[in-house]
Amino acid sequence: MVYALVVLILTTVLYGGAMAQSGCSDALTSLFPCLGYLTGGSSSPTSNCCDQFLTVVHSSPECLCMVVNSKENSFSGFSFNRTLALNLPTVCNVQTPSPSHCKESNIEEGENQNKLEVAPALISVHPSQKSVAVTVGSDLRVFDLIEKCPVTLVDESDVPSRKESIRAIRYSASGKLFVSAGDDKLVKIWSAESWRCLITVCSEKRVSAVAISSDDLHACYADKFGVVWVVELDGINEGEVVASKKGASLLSHYCSIITSLEYSPDGRYILSADRDFKIRVTVFPKKPLEGAHEIQSFCLGHTEFITCIAFISTPELTQGYLMSGSGDSTVRLWDITSGSLLDTCEVSTMAGHLVSNETEPPTQVTVTDICGIPNSSFAAVAIQSFQGILLLSCDLSAHTLSITKVIKIPGESFIPTSISVSTSTKLLWMVSGASNLPGSNHPGFSRVRVMSCTDTESFPILEDEQIPGGTKLLEQLQGKVAIEESVMSAAAEAVRAAMSSLLMKKQYSEEKREFRKRTRNDKKTT
Amino acid sequence: MDSETKSTFSKSTGLPRKRFYRARAHSNPLSDSHFPIPIAPSHVDFSLHFPKVIEADNKISKKIEFADIGCGFGGLLISLSTLFPDTLMIGMELRDKVTEYVKERILALRKTSSEGQYENISVVRTNSMKYIPNYFEKGQLSKMFFLFPDPHFKEKNHRRRVISTHLLDEYAYVLRAGGIIYTITDVEELGEWMKACLEKHPMFESLTQEELDLDPVVELLCSATEEGQKVARNGGQTFRAIFRRIAYAS
Ligand SMILES: C[S@@+](CC[C@H](N)C(=O)[O-])C[C@H]1O[C@@H](n2cnc3c(N)ncnc32)[C@H](O)[C@@H]1O
Repeated sequence: MVYALVVLILTTVLYGGAMAQSGCSDALTSLFPCLGYLTGGSSSPTSNCCDQFLTVVHSSPECLCMVVNSKENSFSGFSFNRTLALNLPTVCNVQTPSPSHCKESNIEEGENQNKLEVAPALISVHPSQKSVAVTVGSDLRVFDLIEKCPVTLVDESDVPSRKESIRAIRYSASGKLFVSAGDDKLVKIWSAESWRCLITVCSEKRVSAVAISSDDLHACYADKFGVVWVVELDGINEGEVVASKKGASLLSHYCSIITSLEYSPDGRYILSADRDFKIRVTVFPKKPLEGAHEIQSFCLGHTEFITCIAFISTPELTQGYLMSGSGDSTVRLWDITSGSLLDTCEVSTMAGHLVSNETEPPTQVTVTDICGIPNSSFAAVAIQSFQGILLLSCDLSAHTLSITKVIKIPGESFIPTSISVSTSTKLLWMVSGASNLPGSNHPGFSRVRVMSCTDTESFPILEDEQIPGGTKLLEQLQGKVAIEESVMSAAAEAVRAAMSSLLMKKQYSEEKREFRKRTRNDKKTT
Repeated sequence: MDSETKSTFSKSTGLPRKRFYRARAHSNPLSDSHFPIPIAPSHVDFSLHFPKVIEADNKISKKIEFADIGCGFGGLLISLSTLFPDTLMIGMELRDKVTEYVKERILALRKTSSEGQYENISVVRTNSMKYIPNYFEKGQLSKMFFLFPDPHFKEKNHRRRVISTHLLDEYAYVLRAGGIIYTITDVEELGEWMKACLEKHPMFESLTQEELDLDPVVELLCSATEEGQKVARNGGQTFRAIFRRIAYAS
């Protein structure tokens, strides 16, 4: 019992970020009289346990959803029997909302989230592999692969950088520019040659996604309220630093978090994907400052939040087909001109049996990142909790998308949180890590690995010494070379928890909703 | 149970009584939904909404053409139903009680009609500000109505207004070229706002006075809905903005 309690408290600390936010940590802690039963120690729950359970069902039913959604039956070696937990309503004879109701939320909370949210480590590689950038929290680390040395960023703008997490980074297609943006509400456009910050754009809200047009003339960024903004980049050059600029609003997804922004390969469209399962394809206008009003299509078919979008690009195709990854365990293939869904590739079954530390395969997995391998019909896919990469192949004449290879990354718990591919070398750069881990005073951790995609038969994972830049690069991008395995898996877990609390719709039971309605003071009842 | 349900219907007309369906005056369109959302327009089951029409026309080729956004108690749909008997139309309403009321009202009208009328109208509970693309395909609609929408006076709540430049992009997407958007309000400031949004949008143009005079729908705007009737009773002024979706290439 004492042991179990310790573990519960530990779990609460580790999950602190996600739970404290929704006030569930107290509620779940109050269930401690149930631990004897939940760990299989006693065959039936005590009456004290059932009383506490009833209280939680009434006061904060959404917290039970955290148990339903967590998919975990073990934590740090302590097995917590999820089946028994799901049986609690029956054995205590307490009516609960069905677990399938674990959905829905209130979006206006959007902005008032925990200050130190867990943020995944991100990676981006220069299209011709001149440099590579990694972010962990507010830290932006760049390594020059030509000179083989760390890059010192020069930011002379008078807008002070705040210590908040960077949420999006990328190089422009030409490789001339680099953009970074995030929770500090600043979008910074850097020269990818001199690494001077050329423009700082102040956003009204936190920034969740960025894109640069292929002609390097415009940058777009999306804020957490679903508005996409555009700034003109012409006139910027190495000589002058534009202190600060404001964006003009381009388009909007009504109050939905935009998770990904992408230009079509021919530059005709700007694509925006959101938490409400939707991808919008909008004609990128000649005068973007006046707004992008002409919607080409909506790509509809996902049944959970969309996390990432990427184009398959082969030399014959200028238009390109779009792939999207989601919390619904699928990667889907779209024709963006019509918005038609061409194929759906289920990834949970394949990744399921390979997910580490799980006794039963998860029912739903989240796709975290997708990269089209340049000039091929392959795509690399990263999946939450999966220690490796899935390779999909896309048959563009038959319009199908299927898994061709499952690449496990051996050894340490390396679960990629972000991936990026270089056009020239076809090396896939992967990072695993997170910032602001709850219960840790370290700013963050990251581990970089590289996979070669030059040969479509084998996809070897490079040893640290084989990586361009070698250990010098790893020292710059990772901070320190050796990272304990336990930290890596805790980081992956924290990223998973943070992502689902941000993007999954919160769940309110029928009773809770009724209660929320009853307690409203603007309701006119007879 | 039976007597209970019965009492919510008027004895004389057989129609549902509004007072049993009273709900909060305003809903917050920003708060997330608890109603089913169709994954895509092709997933909307029309046979549930228009059983008779689908039965008669088993090709199911007919599509919804009119949408009344924030339809309230459904007065406009009912007037339009007989004016355009061959057109399918749908009301979209955020408040659940109000949606229930409209549903019952339509069912009752269908039942009491001897000529099989009112089979072409229906209602869905949804947040139109978020889910319009889930219901309608590109260019599917020929008319959209926004009658007496909630004014959301405060500057910081302007983004809750159902007419805004960004939302007009979506309306322009579901409206075909030549389709018409009708807006009316008794709040002058909102009237100005809606007109200004439409005027500056490159995909809409104002109808001429002549065109307005010829359109039989225009006079229904302030007479057909419950809100319109209330304003008329109180002798209030109304402000209209009626625009056409034009062909456009950016
Ligand atoms: C003032 S009433 C007008 C109703 C009706 N059009 C009339 O003229 O009588 C506005 C209606 O719009 C509904 N509404 C507000 N926001 C909405 C939204 N986002 N989606 C659907 N309906 C909405 C409200 O619930 C309300 O019934």
